[in-house]
Amino acid sequence: MASAEASSIAPTPLLKDELDIVIPTIRNLDFLEMWRPFFQPYHLIIVQDGDPSKVIKVPEGFDYELYNRNDINRILGPKASCISFKDSACRCFGYMVSKKKYIYTIDDDCFVAKDPSGKSINALEQHIKNLLCPSTPHFFNTLYDPYREGADFVRGYPFSLREGAKTAVSHGLWLNIPDYDAPTQLVKPRERNTRYVDMVLTIPKGTLFPMCGMNLAFDRELIGPAMYFGLMGDGQPIGRYDDMWAGWCVKVICDHLGLGVKTGLPYIWHSKASNPFVNLKKEYKGIFWQEEIIPFFQSAVLPKECTSVQQCYLELSKQVKEKLSKVDPYFDKLADAMVTWIDAWDELNAEGASAQLSNGKA
Amino acid sequence: MSQANIMDNEVDIVIGALHSDLTTFMNEWRPVFSRFHLIIVKDPDLSGEIQIPEGFNVDVYTRSDIDRVVGSSTSVLFSGYSCRYFGYLMSRKKYVISIDDDCIPAKDNEGSLVDIVAQHITNLTTPATPFFFNTLYDPYRKGADFVRGYPFSLREGVTCALSCGLWLNLADYDAPTQALKPELRNSRYVDAVLTVPVRAMLPLSGINIAFDRELVGPALIPALKLAGEGKFRWETMEDIWSGMCVKVISDHMGLGVKSGLPYVWRNERGNAIESLKKEWEGVKLMEEVVPFFQAVRLPQSAVTAEDCVVELAKTVKEQLGQSYPMFVRAAEAMVEWIKVWKAVRSG
Repeated sequence: MASAEASSIAPTPLLKDELDIVIPTIRNLDFLEMWRPFFQPYHLIIVQDGDPSKVIKVPEGFDYELYNRNDINRILGPKASCISFKDSACRCFGYMVSKKKYIYTIDDDCFVAKDPSGKSINALEQHIKNLLCPSTPHFFNTLYDPYREGADFVRGYPFSLREGAKTAVSHGLWLNIPDYDAPTQLVKPRERNTRYVDMVLTIPKGTLFPMCGMNLAFDRELIGPAMYFGLMGDGQPIGRYDDMWAGWCVKVICDHLGLGVKTGLPYIWHSKASNPFVNLKKEYKGIFWQEEIIPFFQSAVLPKECTSVQQCYLELSKQVKEKLSKVDPYFDKLADAMVTWIDAWDELNAEGASAQLSNGKA
Repeated sequence: MSQANIMDNEVDIVIGALHSDLTTFMNEWRPVFSRFHLIIVKDPDLSGEIQIPEGFNVDVYTRSDIDRVVGSSTSVLFSGYSCRYFGYLMSRKKYVISIDDDCIPAKDNEGSLVDIVAQHITNLTTPATPFFFNTLYDPYRKGADFVRGYPFSLREGVTCALSCGLWLNLADYDAPTQALKPELRNSRYVDAVLTVPVRAMLPLSGINIAFDRELVGPALIPALKLAGEGKFRWETMEDIWSGMCVKVISDHMGLGVKSGLPYVWRNERGNAIESLKKEWEGVKLMEEVVPFFQAVRLPQSAVTAEDCVVELAKTVKEQLGQSYPMFVRAAEAMVEWIKVWKAVRSG
């Protein structure tokens, strides 16, 4: 049974020295004002996309590092080719340079939501709860998260599986503008997500899901190297599949390594619906390619010898090259970029690698 | 999605009576049940007449009926909580909804009475999505849809064969949990229905379920009896075993299993600590079956639910039966059940 009484009474730890908030932006960071009560204790990593000569103003009082394209090119050199340009996929650069155990990433059009009682939701606190609590990927609990206050494992849940697995990813949701693809947006332009579903659940082992990067937290030490958001945006044939790609890789690797992925609470308020016609152009190829990509990930098997995330990821990149290149040469490039990413990650995160990462700090 | 058109004559409500006086129970459920045909099966071990209030369209089956239909040597399959399976056997309807006789209607977050029949039928008549997880849960629900990144070829979904509901107040916990947390009550109404993904196993609770009898009726099996099985939910495993079987079979047949809404309100009953003192042989043995069910694969030749049960019984006997006589008996009961199911169908 869930031995979580202690954590249900004790407050959630802030983890302010163990968590970085990574925010990609091309516009401005005004949204941070609303998040100030929840985010101010934390260090921010801002990844500025687009024109590096533009100055992005960070609201007063936040502790942050900011990287623009010039910084990315300078820090990674030729390896910078793996970081997307003109797409929020560039955010994964922030994951790479972070020195913290946990990452929370949020889009700049996401605001504080309210729960059904009218209370403002501290999304970060819920993500931390999710990450600090075990997952249950090996058997589905019909009362969802058994470690939550007021819940437990149900009758018939194997006792040997009640310790759970370490949680690597916490995937949050969105009220107001839901994360729909372009065709759905075109057909249902007025649909808003108004349903607050009060649950967190573990996505079972062997099951894939569409991972949205708008409101996402993860344990960087457990799964960081697999959170590569791919080649999107400028010069690429596809967009709006960055987080999807990362999610499929992450899930396959988590399943292989016995780690858990949770989805559900917390909700944020998503305010901006992007232009569905623009989205359709970006997603178009992805909609077709997806039909090949999904069976690929569903049948991907990683050898027992792959025991680290990097090993798993490199193995996946080999399989992408072997099996998906025939779908489009893009996947050949992507497979190479996956390798570059791991090289860059290992370089920047090697033991004793000092962060010679001077940047636009306040 | 338009409101599911419930054809009243397509639904049977099956109640296994472990108490003889069902007056309060039936009156509580009257607003929801009175339109439908009810099948009440009296636990053969229960003494006394079943008491039911007026105004219901109901058939009651007792021990003598069970003996008459299946023979007194087979009737042992249907004692205790398993008496409801006799109701499944007798039903001629497409959809069966079954709840324990100690539940009453729950109220949703707005304070309205939960119509479990309407919700279960909606669950069973809208597609399930077992091959890919939708992060907004049921995509066919009003106000929701498939999210970005959900493959289009999988958006048709598959037929839903089983709908597993939940419980407010006294949730379906096992005896150790209930004994250690006697104050624990489920007050969280989670407004979601979701498909349990393919190959994911779940603990099926018989307290509040519904299924497509035509598709998977034979796969809900009264096969596993604990040595010390009693008259409280936390002393049974019949539904857990049944649930493992029906999930494997549904996965094999490309059908879906949903979990979530609707909720029932479950009342207090029994003493968990007393139950703890009983023999836990069966519960411990359940630990052994999990790897078995996660790995078992049925042959392509098994096409109907009946075929699947027979194949599964073979494998249970060969693999689990090797080490535990209890599973040999379970396998034999599964075969017996299919014989009876077929006989009743053809008779």
